[in-house]
Amino acid sequence: MGTNETTGPSATEEGVGWQTKFRYVLNSDFVRSAPFWAVPFAIMAVAVYGGIGYNFAISLTDNNGTIEPASFSNLDFEMYVQALSDPNVIQAATHNLILLVSFTAICLVFGLFLAIMLDRQIRYKETVQMIYLLPMSLSFVVTAQLWLWMYDTDSGIINELLGLLSLGPIDFIGNPEIALWAIIFALIWQFSGYTMVVYLAGLQSIPSSQFEAGMIDGARTLRIYLRVIIPQLKASSVSAAVVLMVFALKAFTFLYAMTGRYFPPQGTDILATLMVREAWQYNNWAYSAAIATLLLLMALGVIAPYLYYQYREGSL
Amino acid sequence: MADNGSNFDIRSIVDGMNHRRLGIYVFVTVFIAFFLVPLETGIMTALKSTEAINRSLPFLPPAGDGFTLANLELALEQVQRGVINSLLMALPATIINIVLASMAAYGLTLVDWRGQIGVLLLFVAGVFVPYQAVIVPLARFWTHIFPITEILSPLARLVLVEPYHLELIPLMITHVAYGIPIITVLFRSYYKSMPKSLIEAGKIDGKSVTQIYRDIVLPLSKPMFGVVFIYQFTQIYNEFLFSKVLIGSASAQQATVTLILPQIGASTSGLDYGLRMSAAFLAALPTLLLYIAFAEQFAEGLKTGGA
Repeated sequence: MGTNETTGPSATEEGVGWQTKFRYVLNSDFVRSAPFWAVPFAIMAVAVYGGIGYNFAISLTDNNGTIEPASFSNLDFEMYVQALSDPNVIQAATHNLILLVSFTAICLVFGLFLAIMLDRQIRYKETVQMIYLLPMSLSFVVTAQLWLWMYDTDSGIINELLGLLSLGPIDFIGNPEIALWAIIFALIWQFSGYTMVVYLAGLQSIPSSQFEAGMIDGARTLRIYLRVIIPQLKASSVSAAVVLMVFALKAFTFLYAMTGRYFPPQGTDILATLMVREAWQYNNWAYSAAIATLLLLMALGVIAPYLYYQYREGSL
Repeated sequence: MADNGSNFDIRSIVDGMNHRRLGIYVFVTVFIAFFLVPLETGIMTALKSTEAINRSLPFLPPAGDGFTLANLELALEQVQRGVINSLLMALPATIINIVLASMAAYGLTLVDWRGQIGVLLLFVAGVFVPYQAVIVPLARFWTHIFPITEILSPLARLVLVEPYHLELIPLMITHVAYGIPIITVLFRSYYKSMPKSLIEAGKIDGKSVTQIYRDIVLPLSKPMFGVVFIYQFTQIYNEFLFSKVLIGSASAQQATVTLILPQIGASTSGLDYGLRMSAAFLAALPTLLLYIAFAEQFAEGLKTGGA
C-alpha cells in the first residue's frame, strides 16, 4: 500500500483513482471493525441460521430411521400437512398456549408485586433480592427434582400440609387434569425472581420526585402506582414478557427431568417435548424437524414484533 | 388514613405507616419462605435416612438416628464424574464465548459503519431462537459434516487426555456458538453506555481500532466480563438439551451432570428421594456457590440478557 503515494498526481486528474478508493475502503470503519465481529458472526450465523435452514431442508424430506445424511431428492410439505392434522400436535400446541398465557401473565404480575415491595426501602434489600432470585441460578433439572418431591403424593410437603387441613392427598403430577397447572406453579416459583429484577431496574430509573409529587397531591399509593409508575414500566414489561413467552414455547428440560423419559407427565406434553420425542424416541427426523419449524414460527410471532418495537424505539 | 380529609393528623399517619411497613415485612418474610422451602426441603431430605423420610415432615431437619450422610456419599459417587465433565466443558466454553462476544459487541457498537443494524438484528434475533429449531441437524452436523472428534482423535494420546474428553468438544463448541448472541447483546448494552469521549480521545491520539479495543475498551470492560462470566457459566453448566442431543445416554463416560441427575435413585419400586435430593444438591452446588458469592453480577446479567 505504500506505493499508492506515487499515484497521487494522476488521481487528481481523473477524480479519484482506484487505488485511493481501495485504500479508502480498507481504512473504512466497516473493514477495520470486521476482524472483531466477523468471526463471532460467522460462527453464530452457521450455528443459528445455518441450523434453521438445514432443519427446514430436513423437514421437507421423509427422513426417518437411523441418522444418516438425508437425501434431498424428494422434497415436499407433506410433514407439515401431517403435523397440522395430528391431534397430538394440536394438543401440545394448546398446552403451549395455556403455558404461554398463564405463566407469562402471573410471572409479570407477581414479579411486579415483589419489585414494588422491595422498592419501598426495606432493610436487607440485597439479601432478600438474592433469595428471591436464587431459583434462577438452579438448573431446570435440579428444580424439577425439588418440585417432584414437593408434590409427592405420599410424603411431599404440600400433601402433608393439605393433610393437616384434612384435605387430599392430591396426585399433582399424576393427574393429567392438574399436572400442567402444578408445573406452571413450579415455573412461576423459578421465574418470578427474574421478572422482579427486571422491574426493579425499571423502578429505579423512575425519579422518586414523581412518587413524592403524587404523595403531596394526596393520591393514594395504589393510585400512584397504577396511574404514574406502572405505565412507565412498559419497556420492562415488554422485554420480560418476550423472554417469558419464548421460554414457555421452548420449555423442555423441566418437563423431561420430571420423568427422566421422553414422555413428560400426562397432560403436560408441549411442542418442545413432542418434537424431541418424535426425533430421538421414534427417529421420525423429518416429522420432528417440521414440528420444530412450526415452533420456530410461533417464537417468531413473539420475537418479530418485539424487534420491530425495539428498532422503532431506537433501543436496539 | 383515607378519611383524614383536611384535618391533618400526624399521629394517625405515623401509625398507619408503621402498620403498612409491618405488613410489607410480613409479606417479605412469607415470600422468603416460599422461595426457600423447596430448596430447604431438598437439603433436609438429603440428610435423612429412608425411614426418617417416610416418618418426619419433609422440611424438618433430621432428628437423632434419622440423620445420615450415606445418601450424600452414594450420590457423590454417582454424580462426581458428571460434575467434572460439566466443569471441563463449561469453563472453556464460557471463556471462549465471552471473548468472542466482547469482540463482536465492540465491532458492532463502538465502531460506526453503515449496515451495522442489519448484522446486529441477526445477533439479537439469535438470542430468542428456540434450540429445538436446530437440534435435529445438530447431531448430523457433528457426525457427518464436521466430525471434529475423529479429526482430533490423535490428541487422545496426550497425557491427561482421555478419548471421552474429546467427545465433550462438540458440546463445548455448540455452547460457544449458541451463547454468542446473548453475550454480544449484553456487552453491547454495556459498551453503549460507555462514554464516547474516551473512544474519540483514542482516535485523536492516532490509535487504531485494535489499539482502542486493547488499551481503552478492554480495561474498562473488566466488571462486565465478571457479569457475563457468572451469567454464562451458570447457563452452560445448567443446560440440558444440547447434552441430551449430543451425548445422549447418562451412562456415557462423557455424560454431563444434568444428564446424569434425572436417572439417579429411580427404580421400579419408586423414587429414592433421599438419594435423588442428595444428587440434586451436589449437582447444583457449583452454580449455587457461584451465585451466593456473586448474586449481584448474576442479577445484572439476567436483567439485561433475559432468562
